[in-house]
Amino acid sequence: MTDATPAATEVDEHGSESVDLAGFVRRNPTVTLGSILLLAILLVAVFAPLLASGDPQALNPIQRLRPPSAEHWFGTDMYGRDVFTRTIHGSRISLVVGSLVALISVGFGLVIGLVAGYLRVVDGIVMRVMDGLMAIPDILLAIALMALFRASVTNVVIAVTVPQVPRVVRLVRAVVLTIRERPYIEAAQSIGTRFRRILTKHLLPNTIAPLIVQATYTGAAAVLTEAGLSFLGAGTPPNIPSWGNMMAEGRTYFQVAVWILLFPGMFLAITVLAVNLLGDGLRDALDPRLRRRL
Amino acid sequence: MYVYLVRRLISTLPVMVVVGLFVFSLLYLAPGDPAALIAGDLATADDIAKIRDKLGLNEPFLARFAEWSWDLAHGDLGVSIFSNLPVARLIGQRIEPTLALAATTMLFAVTLAVPMGILAAWKAGTWVDRLIMGFAVLGFSFPVFVSAYLLIYGFSIRLEWLPVEGYTPLRVGLGPFLANLALPSVALGSIYMALIARITRTSVLEVLSEDYIRTAHAKGLPAFRVLVGHALKNAGVPIVTVIGLGIGLLIGGVVITESVFGIPGVGRLTVDAILARDYPVIQGVILVFSGVYVLVNLLVDLSYVFIDPRIRY
Repeated sequence: MTDATPAATEVDEHGSESVDLAGFVRRNPTVTLGSILLLAILLVAVFAPLLASGDPQALNPIQRLRPPSAEHWFGTDMYGRDVFTRTIHGSRISLVVGSLVALISVGFGLVIGLVAGYLRVVDGIVMRVMDGLMAIPDILLAIALMALFRASVTNVVIAVTVPQVPRVVRLVRAVVLTIRERPYIEAAQSIGTRFRRILTKHLLPNTIAPLIVQATYTGAAAVLTEAGLSFLGAGTPPNIPSWGNMMAEGRTYFQVAVWILLFPGMFLAITVLAVNLLGDGLRDALDPRLRRRL
Repeated sequence: MYVYLVRRLISTLPVMVVVGLFVFSLLYLAPGDPAALIAGDLATADDIAKIRDKLGLNEPFLARFAEWSWDLAHGDLGVSIFSNLPVARLIGQRIEPTLALAATTMLFAVTLAVPMGILAAWKAGTWVDRLIMGFAVLGFSFPVFVSAYLLIYGFSIRLEWLPVEGYTPLRVGLGPFLANLALPSVALGSIYMALIARITRTSVLEVLSEDYIRTAHAKGLPAFRVLVGHALKNAGVPIVTVIGLGIGLLIGGVVITESVFGIPGVGRLTVDAILARDYPVIQGVILVFSGVYVLVNLLVDLSYVFIDPRIRY
């Protein structure tokens, strides 16, 4: 959800203040498309109980494996549960995990990266640990952590966050390393500016633009990893409808009832696409050097 | 060069030690008592205590880690809790399908992605570029299991061209081998392909604005030779780097792909181990996969010298 906020407000501001909404859309087609898609999914998630008023867990054994119809738009699954209701409600877990992971990993990554980049003493050790964590493929690292915990949404968020933190740390550290030798930092040090002030007033602002872009990509990766974990049976507990869970449950019935898999799968892909488009657009907008090359 | 090689080899050590520490802590922190599991339901507290002692479970963390690393260095990855077979052997039995899948996927992804990226860079800003890059963003956004089921639905169930699942070793015949691996490779390769196509486009685009490219055009070289001989050659380093880093994505995808297509490889072993909470197997698989990742990226670093003779170590 946080992923959507910056771009969404941006669109509003341009629309109301400068009245040049058309210009903004023309200059940033990917940001626009990404934010519209993401906003739509966000609204779906927020108003899920209104859009699909039924209970996503309600069993109806008589109506098992019904194909999509006027009554059940996306059909029903092997327990007769309404796939539309479940898909709509499933958007909630994806967006919650995606935005929480983006926020938390950026938060941790920022602090660790700033300190590692600025204090050479801790840099070596911190970066070796980060390199080690990055050597373990994301989903395997998340799986390993889930194997230790009880399945719950909180634990999924933790397990998905850990593999993302090193990427943020690297990014922040790289920015800090290029800036720390600049004369104005030296000047600040020479007049006795405190360590914390240098970090927050001089180094932090320079990391914000790349971090916003990184946060969107992290959100997309988190949505994918959560779905992957749930699909493998090591993620969100089965009593909460999530797109990964639905696809895992529908696997056995795939050849007779493709809709159980198809609809959550499409929603998942569209969500990730929306966040990626937003990230690409923001990257181009925030890095004018890259943009001019296009 | 040799000094660099040795330094670079040594630099992988701390990475593997961190991976090892993490993986070991996994077993150390794992809920449940392996001694109780091994002893069975009928064991008394005394029996369990004896087994704990025998397994060395009462030793301190670092002592156990040292012992575990020593065994690891001798190729001993421990014993599966459930099948009671050595983890190294379990992985060895399953490695062939996984290697085959990884090889066909990389072949598919790289052979398509690099020309796509060059074409997009050459036609930058036109509809060709937008089409290719749009395709790449799509490939990037479709999770392996979503594209996998879409492909199965289209090519196996509707068209009945390819098998729904399974694996045929290469020695049985090239036809069935490829028929089984075609859909998994495409499903798994799409993300990888998107990643490589994007970086190829960016780095070729950067090179295309160089003076020597204009010179090459001016002296009348055909566009193809300029693009491949001059532009791609100079854009090689970032492309190869991303191919190496993308191995991580590929490995994660292998786990899911094998599960969808019923391929009896290391990925399936992983999923079975998670569901059964077979910690030694989970440990072994993570170690092997991470080792492969580190090794591939080591090779990538060393390959820079061959791609770009200006780079000297």
